[in-house]
Formats: sequence, C-alpha cells, structure tokens
Amino acid sequence: MSERNGNNGLRLKTGLAEMLKGGVIMDVTDAKQAEIAERAGAVAVMALERVPSQIRAEGGVARMASPKKIREIMDTVSIPVMAKCRIGHFAEAQVLQELGVDYIDESEVLTPADELHHVDKHAFKIPFVCGARDLGEALRRIAEGAAMIRTKGEAGTGDVVHAVKHMRQIVKDMRQLTVMGEEELYAQAKELRAPYELVRMVAKSGKLPVPNFSAGGIATPADAALVRQLGAEAVFVGSGIFMSDSTTFAPAAEAEIRARAIVRATTHFDDPKVLLETSAECTGAMKGLAIAAMAEADMLQKRGW
Amino acid sequence: MTIGVLAIQGDYDAHRLRLEELGVSTVLVKKPEQLDGVDAIVIPGGESSTMLKFLERDGFLEKLRDFVRLKPSFGTCAGAILLAKEVENPSQESLGVMDMCVRRNAYGRQLDSNIFEADTTIPGGPLEMVFIRAPKISKLGKDVQVLATYGDDPVLVRQNNMMAATFHPELSQDKRVHEAFVQLVRASLENPVKQKS
Repeated sequence: MSERNGNNGLRLKTGLAEMLKGGVIMDVTDAKQAEIAERAGAVAVMALERVPSQIRAEGGVARMASPKKIREIMDTVSIPVMAKCRIGHFAEAQVLQELGVDYIDESEVLTPADELHHVDKHAFKIPFVCGARDLGEALRRIAEGAAMIRTKGEAGTGDVVHAVKHMRQIVKDMRQLTVMGEEELYAQAKELRAPYELVRMVAKSGKLPVPNFSAGGIATPADAALVRQLGAEAVFVGSGIFMSDSTTFAPAAEAEIRARAIVRATTHFDDPKVLLETSAECTGAMKGLAIAAMAEADMLQKRGW
Repeated sequence: MTIGVLAIQGDYDAHRLRLEELGVSTVLVKKPEQLDGVDAIVIPGGESSTMLKFLERDGFLEKLRDFVRLKPSFGTCAGAILLAKEVENPSQESLGVMDMCVRRNAYGRQLDSNIFEADTTIPGGPLEMVFIRAPKISKLGKDVQVLATYGDDPVLVRQNNMMAATFHPELSQDKRVHEAFVQLVRASLENPVKQKS
C-alpha cells in the first residue's frame, strides 16, 4: 500500500478506529444531543447539521456541517468527534482537518461533489471512514487511504435490510478470496475493480486491512446485535436514536434510553438475555421508511464510485 | 495461567492476540462473574467514559476493584485512566488503585496522536510508543516506579502488581511490555497477595 504520510501515519489512523471497536458512534446535531450520547456511553459522535432522515425528507443540497456547530460539539464532549464531508470534496475535508475533528466520514449521505473521484485520503493527517456495499468498493476506498470501512446500508431509513445486505456481501466476497488460487487473484482483482496488492492481502488474512464497521438503517438494540453477529466490529447509529419519525425529534429522555440500550446491545451482541433486557427497555423506535418501497433514485447508497 | 482482557469495547482484541502470541490463554471479560476464572486482568485502550457505563452497573466496578487489589492488572491508555486514583479533564470515577493522577486527552486530539521511540528500564533498548489521543500522568505517588518516560512525562509505570501505560504497546510489534506483565503474573501466582482489610 502506498501511504504518503508513511506506514506510521496509517497505523495512527487505524489505531483510533481500534479504540472505537465494540462501541457505538452516534449522529448528533447539537451540543445537547452530544451530551446525551456521551452520557449514554457512545464511543464517538458524528457532528451533523441534520440527521440523514431529515436530509432525506427535506431534500436540497446536503453539505458539511457548519464549523461553528462542530466546534460547539467538540467543546462539549471528551470523546472523539467525527464530521462528514461530501464525496470528492477535498476542500471541505481540508476545513474539517483544520478544525481538528478526529475522523472524517466521506459520506454518501451528503450530496456528492465529484461524480468520478473520491478524496485522496492519503493527503490528510486526519483518518477517514468511507462507506461500501461490497469488497471491491471497500478496497477502492482503502486504496485511496480510508482507515475504516463501514457498510453504507440505507441511511435515514431505520430499515436495517441493506446494512445486512452489504455486510453479508463484504464478508462473502472476502471468504471467496481465501479459497482462491494465487493465479485466480489477478482476475478477481479486475472483477472487484480493486488493486491486486489489497486483494492479495485480504485473500491471505480473510479480513479487511482496516476496521470494518456497520452503518445505514440501524435503529434498535437488536439491529445493532444483528450486524455485530454478522461481523461488524462497531456500529454507527444515525437517525435511529434521536428521531421518532423522519423529521421529528424524539423526547430527550426517550432518546437517552434508546442510546443506552443500543450501547449495551452492541457490547453484549452475542448474549440473548441482555438483548431481551435492552429491547424491553426501549419505548418505541423510529417509525422509519421501508427500503423495499423506495424508488432506486432515492437511494443514497448509489452515490460513490 | 489465564489472563482476562476487559472486552466492553476498545482494542481488546489486539491485547488478546499479543498475549496468545506469548503462549498465554485469555478470556474476554464482559461480565463481573467472568473475573472469577482469571489470574490477572488487562484493561485495554478505548473510551474510558464508555467502559465506566458498563462498570457502573451489576456491581462490576466493585468486583473489579477487589480483583485488582489482589491480582495483577495492566491498563493501557483508557485502562491507565481507570486504574488511577485521580482523573482530570474531566474528573471521573475510576478504580482508584494506582497512586497517580491521569489527565485525559492531555496531548490534544487525533491530529496530535503520534508514534515515538523512548528509553525504558525494560532491557532491550528503546521502546516504540504509539500514542492515540493519549492521557498524561500528571502526578505520581512515591510508591510508583517509572519504567519509561517520554520527554519529562512518565508513560509506563508500575506499582506492586499493577502496570499502566499511557501509550499502546499492543499496537506495536515489540512484545517486551506484555512479556514484563506476563512475568509479573507468573511471579504473583507463585506468591499470591494476601487479602488485606
């Protein structure tokens, strides 16, 4: 792998992702929500102007959050703060790096700024996380310098079906590589549209060279446990905690109960007794939007190349 | 010998792999009752505030506190914070067993994370140290022995059968810090600490 800020640069970037494993990263839109997230046990927060379900409902161009808002959140919590930039928008990424956020999500949730290229993430000191639907997409992002991969799922829906689909696809693609002969890997790299060196690395280890998290529609403790059991090392929860439907925020006390329950379920993902307790604690989940009833053009996951 | 690795969240898997490389069997500890089956505990890097949420229920914190008073423990980064008697920035609950004060996120944010080499009293030359949003030991009691410093800051310390590092030896290739801890565990199995009042 070519890393312009050296192997140590990549180790520091994936190192922070190591610290987040087993935890929940929560979308927040202000300092108050960030406080609730931290109090509930989030390992990090994602600072946003609007959560994905609002972006989806309100339409318009979705951009990086205002630095003032991100700064306010950074000043409020002691846990890492992430922020999103548009796909290919390296100038937004430069702003976020200058601001000093801990991780940048080059995200399909925002309106893409480039229809061909993603950000050259090797050029940054701040680590990046990127979404993927399959192994080829994950490895293309890693080749560009991503230090963490998350499933795309379908953000802002509260429907876990595509987070599951993408996690299963990535795991299946990796499993396939491990049983291939050396000579087959060249053709498979072409098939995956990914660099041969990375394909070979996955074939040998059976896992991604960076941490593999899940996002996109996780809304309940059982959803979090599901993606963890399928192989996700941590989970992102977006609209599922603070929203009661696409555009209405849930009461703070209810959001905090949900947040706590999802945190607990993420750690004890393989313990049905705890899953029952955490599921029973939650009063109501986000109403959500069934992906099966959605037009393809409305899907955020199609963004990214 | 079985060493438990606290596995609420964080880089517990890196510790588990390192201990297994050294031929030690491990248990990932997520519940208080699992402490009954292990000879020592490693508290990994991660978010100390998240780990506390889990420790503060089901009597986990009390059980872990009793455990580390009798049996060896090793905390890295968040683990060092949890072992400390006093925590600042912000002040928070801890096991309160190591005579030191630890300041969270003392070097800054992720942009200030870094990898250095520095001297250590562990034989074998300088040690690579991976610092990620690292805490700093701001005060040290007289019974705490310094095993490594970076600049003026103690970064690897020991008090009786407790060890703490503000960096992440589990993310380096160098196995010496974990070897030192395994030795400590071995010695404690030969000479267990008597229950104190």
